[in-house]
Amino acid sequence: MSATVTADQRLSQAKRITVGYGFWIFLLSDIVMFACFFATYAVLVGATDGGPDGRQLFHLDGVAIETACLLASSFTCGLASMAAGNRNAITFYVAMAMTLGLGAVFLGMEATEFLSMAARGAGPTRSAFLSAFFALVGCHGVHVGVGLLWLMTMVAQVYAKGFRADILRRLLCFTLFWHALDIIWVALFTVVYLIGVAP
Amino acid sequence: MPTDDPVWGKLTWAAIPFDSPLPIIASVVVAAVIVAVLGWVVIKGHFPYVWREWFTSVDHKRIGVMYVVLAFVMLVRGFADAAMMRIQQAMALNAPGFLPPEHYDQIFSSHGTLMIFFVAMPFVIGLTNFVVPLQLGIRDVAFPTLNSVSFWLTATGALLVNISLFIGEFARTGWLPYPPLSEIAYSPGVGVDYYLWSLQIAGVGTLLTGINFVTTILKTRAPGMALMRMPMFCWTSLASNLLIVAAFPVLTATLTMLLLDRYLGFHFFTNEGGGNVMMFMNLIWAWGHPEVYILVLPAFGIFSEVIATFSSKSLFGYRSMVVATMAICVLSFMVWLHHFFTMGAGANVNAVFGILSTIIAVPTGVKVFNWLFTIYGGRVRYNVPVLWAIGFMITFVFGGMTGVLLALPPIDFLMHNSLFLVAHFHNVIIGGVVFGLFAGYTYWFPKAFGFRLHEGLGKAAFWFWLIGFYVAFLPLYVLGFLGMTRRMQQYDNPAWQPWLIVAAIGAGLIAIGTVLLIVQLYYSIRHRKLLTDLTGDPWDGRTLEWSTSSPPPLYNYAVLPEVMALDDYWIRKERQIDSQVESPAPHYEAIEVPRNSPTGISCAFFAALLGFALIWHIWWLVALGAFGAFATFVVFAWRDRVEDEFPAAEVARLDRQHLASRRHVAEPGPAS
Amino acid sequence: MIEPDPLPGVAEVAPGEPPAESSEQGILGYVVGLVLASGLTAVSFYITRGNLFWSPSISTALIVLAIAQMGIHLVFFLHITSGPDGTNTVLALAFGVLIVFLIIAGSLWIMANLNHNMLPMDRIMNMQR
Repeated sequence: MSATVTADQRLSQAKRITVGYGFWIFLLSDIVMFACFFATYAVLVGATDGGPDGRQLFHLDGVAIETACLLASSFTCGLASMAAGNRNAITFYVAMAMTLGLGAVFLGMEATEFLSMAARGAGPTRSAFLSAFFALVGCHGVHVGVGLLWLMTMVAQVYAKGFRADILRRLLCFTLFWHALDIIWVALFTVVYLIGVAP
Repeated sequence: MPTDDPVWGKLTWAAIPFDSPLPIIASVVVAAVIVAVLGWVVIKGHFPYVWREWFTSVDHKRIGVMYVVLAFVMLVRGFADAAMMRIQQAMALNAPGFLPPEHYDQIFSSHGTLMIFFVAMPFVIGLTNFVVPLQLGIRDVAFPTLNSVSFWLTATGALLVNISLFIGEFARTGWLPYPPLSEIAYSPGVGVDYYLWSLQIAGVGTLLTGINFVTTILKTRAPGMALMRMPMFCWTSLASNLLIVAAFPVLTATLTMLLLDRYLGFHFFTNEGGGNVMMFMNLIWAWGHPEVYILVLPAFGIFSEVIATFSSKSLFGYRSMVVATMAICVLSFMVWLHHFFTMGAGANVNAVFGILSTIIAVPTGVKVFNWLFTIYGGRVRYNVPVLWAIGFMITFVFGGMTGVLLALPPIDFLMHNSLFLVAHFHNVIIGGVVFGLFAGYTYWFPKAFGFRLHEGLGKAAFWFWLIGFYVAFLPLYVLGFLGMTRRMQQYDNPAWQPWLIVAAIGAGLIAIGTVLLIVQLYYSIRHRKLLTDLTGDPWDGRTLEWSTSSPPPLYNYAVLPEVMALDDYWIRKERQIDSQVESPAPHYEAIEVPRNSPTGISCAFFAALLGFALIWHIWWLVALGAFGAFATFVVFAWRDRVEDEFPAAEVARLDRQHLASRRHVAEPGPAS
Repeated sequence: MIEPDPLPGVAEVAPGEPPAESSEQGILGYVVGLVLASGLTAVSFYITRGNLFWSPSISTALIVLAIAQMGIHLVFFLHITSGPDGTNTVLALAFGVLIVFLIIAGSLWIMANLNHNMLPMDRIMNMQR
């Protein structure tokens, strides 16, 4: 294979490896940050100050739908990255639009959950448990929001400049980010919602 | 809570401390200096040069120099804080001294904050920036523009801390803001907010540096440079930057939780609502301990380079040094509880962390023995960097031993938060980190600027620093045993005062040492023709950076070196001197260099607005700053041309010039 | 930028890079990942109901399922494998996992011990008054 690869292709591949690895390292740092919020949540999960706890507040149906949306969006994101690799513009735009839609539904449901909890007097200022809950789940939500902004910027870039090498590198980073967010969500719904509600 | 003004937030004229002479005088002096320097630059027409060649540069060498300049300036500011503290404590036996408590508290807080975050970190990162790509035989770091962003964000953090001097106040909670004192209920002013936002912004910059260097070292080394052929400084930089990537997110998360408590009424660390104050200490020290290894590991790397070079011997026990470095990297994440033995985790927990804390001294001991064995049997030249190295070995070992003492919980229960602790950490940070940074500064200065620093003034500065350090800090060990607590604005025990007076004299000696460093710099610049480094290899070095000209060209290497072994440059040099045959002229090609970009300084500008606005609750400015920072990135991402080309003819001309300057030096025998 | 070629002959791949193969095989990987992940998620939600498992073990089972699902994501969506071209990626991941473990396990152990030795907060606040 190396005999048929040109010097330019090697340089391009080298840049892709470097950028991808750098972003991977960033993701690991992000995961360490989430670990701090997880640790804090685990420490404060019992500190309800006489207020409501997870069993009284969490609705697993909503969480199941959110999980399905995020998992499906990871799938569509994978499709989008394959389409970009094949320079297939239509599939790329459709897959990214679906990812955006599913992510937006996730975020909308989460925002609704937060607002309804706050309206019921179970906002982040009620107790340490709720502070930790809102911060942990909210941090993930902020990451999803930033991801959606990034998604739209990437679509705009592809539209304006096509599947240029540097834009493909950024798409690689975006897909890494989006999949990582779903991985974190797995930990989140397990530790916060499922264990929080389990008998 | 009083409602904020929609335009000005909490900012009023009362924020300026007209009634306190010291901050006002300091602010006026600082403002005058800034205006004078900027004015001189602009009037002399240098601003386009400064903008083009420095502020918007993405070259690791330029960014490294700017980091070190920032560190030196902040060193003066941080040292001024220290001098004031020493004078206050020497005076304040049953007397108020000249600093009321609310000022004294801000001064010890800003002293620690500045020294750790805006002196030590930038200095370490600056040297890493300058040296590592050269030592790896490559042209730049993996992400040059991100590197510029990192620098400017760090500078923004420093700016915000300094602005607090004359608009508002600084935190009074120490260099780590323990709750509940740092919560909004007990620190309602803007001081803690200045601290928090300054560190959040600078922390982003540092994290990006960590990502940059881990990627650079692991993924972009010169052809043939396997990991076990890397210079020791690159290994310690790798370990240090891995720690940055692992630890700084913890700082970000913890400070974010405190910010959420202060701004939005969350209950992470409050007394009410179920908050747990101790969780802050736990998390902040989970960052804090790796932080000190982030600082000291590169210093160890500098000493490895300096000792090997000036002993004319390869580093003894390279493999064991690598293992020791990576062991320290991993172990540093397993000891953090020793910073709060007395908080009450109980005997089992204290014992485990105490044992781990003593274990982490072992790899450091391995390193010290390897340095000693490197010197032993070598032809040692006692240049200034070697003096710093020897001073380090004595001082750091001593400080390390007091650290092992403190690692034992029963002893720590007596010594915690006494001046013994203060003496210990200054012992290891000054003896380890600062001495290492000064050694590296002297060692690599000629590479950066083309002329050496004056040797005699350097030696004088060293002796004043070394003796001044012992005079300033040995009394603090005694005071710790005499029961004096840290951070005391006044006291009533007359037995303490003589020691504090001696400590103040020591601070004075260190001040002279610092002045001598500044004089050395000024004098060396004035007399640079006499101190010129003609060949690029003034110390008969062993690693690749000494094969370049001083200063190196923008792209570092005309042709990327093919590395065959450890200390490859030394081996090739010896072979050439012995054989007296020059290598054939290489084939020169055009080189692509990344374009300069205002992304870094623009991002930092908006970050500064954002930080200031968040501190003073000026919400419209917050939106503007956030939008500006985002827009900066989009503009950067929209670039089409990212590289400039350096023509092959120019590359060839510069390289031939450099090789010619070396020709007459290549005689058999030790290089002059 | 420069070519990374420290050891010629060892091919390297960017993290998250889909393996070079045909589109059908590529999509198959994602579909398998989706199906497996959905299955694990469904099982997790189901056992929370409490009538299938012995209650005290539910938390452990959930965590095991979560770790398994994270593995599915890593392999099928992120293409992180243990081959020679991904060594640096896997090592970095291992380092990250170690740090996460130290922070979470360390914090839980330390805080449990601290809380055990600490008076309840409301009693302390009452002492202040």
